[in-house]
Amino acid sequence: MKKSILLSWTAAAALAVGLAGPADAEIKIGSTLAVTGGASFLGDPEARTLKMLVDEVNAAGGVNGEKLELVQYDDGGDPNKARTFATRLVEDDEVVAVIGGSTTGATMAMIPVFEEAKIPFISLAGAVVIIDPVKKWVFKTPHTDRMACGKIFEDIRKRGLSKVGLISGSGGFGKSMRQQCLDVAGSAGVEIVADETYGPDDADMTPQLTKIKNAAGVQAILNADFGQGPAIVTRNVRQLGIALPLYQSHGVASKSFIELAGEAAEGVRLPASALLVADKLPDSDPQKAVVVGYKAAYEKATGEPVSTFGGHAYDAFQMLVAAMKKAGSSEPAAVRDAIEQTRGFMGTAGVVNMSATDHLGLDLTAFRMLEIRKGDWTLVE
Amino acid sequence: MSELLQFTFSGLTVGAVYALVALGFTIIYNASGVVNFAQGEFVMLGGMITVFAHAAGAPLPAAAALAVVATAAIGILLNKLAIERARGASVVTLIIITIGASIFLRGAAQLGFDKQLHRFPSFSGDDPIAIAGATILPQSLWMLFGAAVVFAALYLFFTRSLTGKAVLATANNKLAAQLVGIDTDFVMALSFGLSAAIGALAGVLATPITLTSYDAGTALALKGFAAAMLGGMGNPFGALVGGLLVGLIEATTAGYLSSDYKDAAAFVVILAVLFAMPQGLFGKSAQERV
Repeated sequence: MKKSILLSWTAAAALAVGLAGPADAEIKIGSTLAVTGGASFLGDPEARTLKMLVDEVNAAGGVNGEKLELVQYDDGGDPNKARTFATRLVEDDEVVAVIGGSTTGATMAMIPVFEEAKIPFISLAGAVVIIDPVKKWVFKTPHTDRMACGKIFEDIRKRGLSKVGLISGSGGFGKSMRQQCLDVAGSAGVEIVADETYGPDDADMTPQLTKIKNAAGVQAILNADFGQGPAIVTRNVRQLGIALPLYQSHGVASKSFIELAGEAAEGVRLPASALLVADKLPDSDPQKAVVVGYKAAYEKATGEPVSTFGGHAYDAFQMLVAAMKKAGSSEPAAVRDAIEQTRGFMGTAGVVNMSATDHLGLDLTAFRMLEIRKGDWTLVE
Repeated sequence: MSELLQFTFSGLTVGAVYALVALGFTIIYNASGVVNFAQGEFVMLGGMITVFAHAAGAPLPAAAALAVVATAAIGILLNKLAIERARGASVVTLIIITIGASIFLRGAAQLGFDKQLHRFPSFSGDDPIAIAGATILPQSLWMLFGAAVVFAALYLFFTRSLTGKAVLATANNKLAAQLVGIDTDFVMALSFGLSAAIGALAGVLATPITLTSYDAGTALALKGFAAAMLGGMGNPFGALVGGLLVGLIEATTAGYLSSDYKDAAAFVVILAVLFAMPQGLFGKSAQERV
C-alpha cells in the first residue's frame, strides 16, 4: 500500500517535471477575432495569418526555446461575445498576451478585462479611441481613421483643391471616420461644404450625391465607409456624371472593391498600406522586402489574395514575438515593456516607433496614396 | 425640377427592390397566414446562385434560370422538411420555424459560397439613361418591369385560376378546403416553391444594383416586410404600391430633409398608416366567424 502511494507520487512528480521542462513548455497567445459575421472580411485573413505565423515560428524552434500555442476564439464582431472570450482567455486559458479584436466595438469591450488582468493586448481595429488616451496594456497596429482623413486632405490640398463634399456610412466605421475628418479638416486647410450619410444596407445614394453635386463650390468628394456602400456610391457618382475627384477610405482597400465598382472605379483615390502595391514598389523602398515576403507567404499558405487586414495581424504578431525575444521571457509585464520600446520596426503598415505616449507608432508616411487605373492600384507620388 | 426627378428615380429604384421582396411574401401568407421570415434568404440565394453559376462559366440567362429553379426547390424542401412536419402547429410556431430556416440558410450560404460581397453584370449595361437632367440605370427599369410582371401574374393567379383560389381557400379554412377535395399539402408545397421563385427572381434583378452577400437577406426582408405591411399583407397590389411608396419616401426625405432621417421618415409613415388602417392601405379586414 505504502509502496503504491510512493510510486504514484513519483509518477506525478515525474509528470510535473515533464510538463514544466523546457522541451515541452508552451507560450500561450490568445486571440479573439471576427472570423465569421459581418466583419469576417477582417477577421478571416487575420485568423489565417496568425495560424500561418504560429506554425512558421514553431517550425523554426519557437521563441526563447519554447513553442507557441495559439488559443483562438471567434467573436463574430460581437462586443458581448468578445468580452466573454476575453475573460476566458485570462481566467481559463491563462494566456500571456492577446492579439485581436477585429472591430473597434469588440476591442473597446475587451480593454477593461486586459487592463485589470495586466495582459498586453494588441488590437487590430481601426478607431483612434483605442489608443487615445493611452492605456497601459493596450496597443494597436492598423492606421487610424484620423490618419486616413489627414492623408486624403493632404492629397486634396496638393491638387490645389479645398472644398470637400463628405458622404459617410452610418455604421461604426463611417461614423467614426466622419467625426475624425470633420475634426482635422480645419487644421488641414480643407472646408467641408456638404455632409451626407446613408444606411449600411442602402442600395441607392443618388439623392445624397445630387445634394453634394449642387453644394456651392464643391471640388472633391470623400466617401467614408467600407463594404458595399462605397461600391454603390462610386457607381452612383458616375451615373450622375459627377466629374469631381472621388476619394475613398482605407476601408475599401481590397481587390473586391474594384470588382464591385467596375469601370466606375477608374480614377478613384484612396490611402492604403503598401501591401496592396507590394509588387509595384521600387526596389529601393525599405518596406518592399517585408510586404513582398508576407504577401508571398500568405498567398502560398491560403491560396487567397492578400488583404491589408491580414497584414495588421502580421504586424501585431511579429511585434509581439520581437518583444518576447527582446525581453528574454514571456512574462506579461516584461513583454508589455518591450512592446512599448518597439523602435524602427518595419511592418506591413509602415515603420513603427512606439513610446509611452504613442501606442500605435505610425505616422502619415505609413499610408500610400493609391489611384485605381485600368482596374488596378497605382501609386500616386 | 431635375432634382425632384432624380429623387423620384432613386425612389423607384430602391422601391422596386422593396416591392419585389414584398411580392414574395404574399403567396405563403395567403396560403397559410404565415409571414415567411426566410423570404429575404430566398432573395439572397437568387443573387448568390446566379453569381456563382455565372462565375463557373454559365451564361447570365442560364445562371439566372438555374438560380430561380434551385431556390424554388429549396423552398419546397423547406416546406417538406420543416413546415409539413409541424402539421397542426399554430401560425406563430410556423413563423418561428421560418426564422430558424432563415438563420440556417444564411449559415449554409456562408459555408457553401463565401463571405464576400458579389455582383454580376447588369442586363443592359451600366450607361445611365438621361431624362430632363436626371439619370436612371437600365437595371432599375428591369426591376420595375419585373415587379410589374410578378404583380400581374400574382393578380391573375389569385383571381382567375382555380389553383389560386384553392390557395386562398386553404388559408381560410384548412379542414373545409380538404373536405371539398383540395390537396392542402400540395397547396403548401406549391406556395413555398412559388414564393421562393419570386424571391430568387427579385435577387436576380436587384443584385447588379444592391450587390449581394450571404447576409444580405435580413435587411431586404425587413424593408420588404414593412412595405408589404404598408400595402396590406397578402395583397399583390398592396405589395407593389407599398414597396414603391417606401422607396419614394426614403429618397425624397434623403434629398430634401436629411439622409439621417430617411429610415425614420419611412417608418413613421408606416406606423401612421397602420394606426389608422391596421390592415394596410389595400388589405382586407380579417373576419372571424364564431
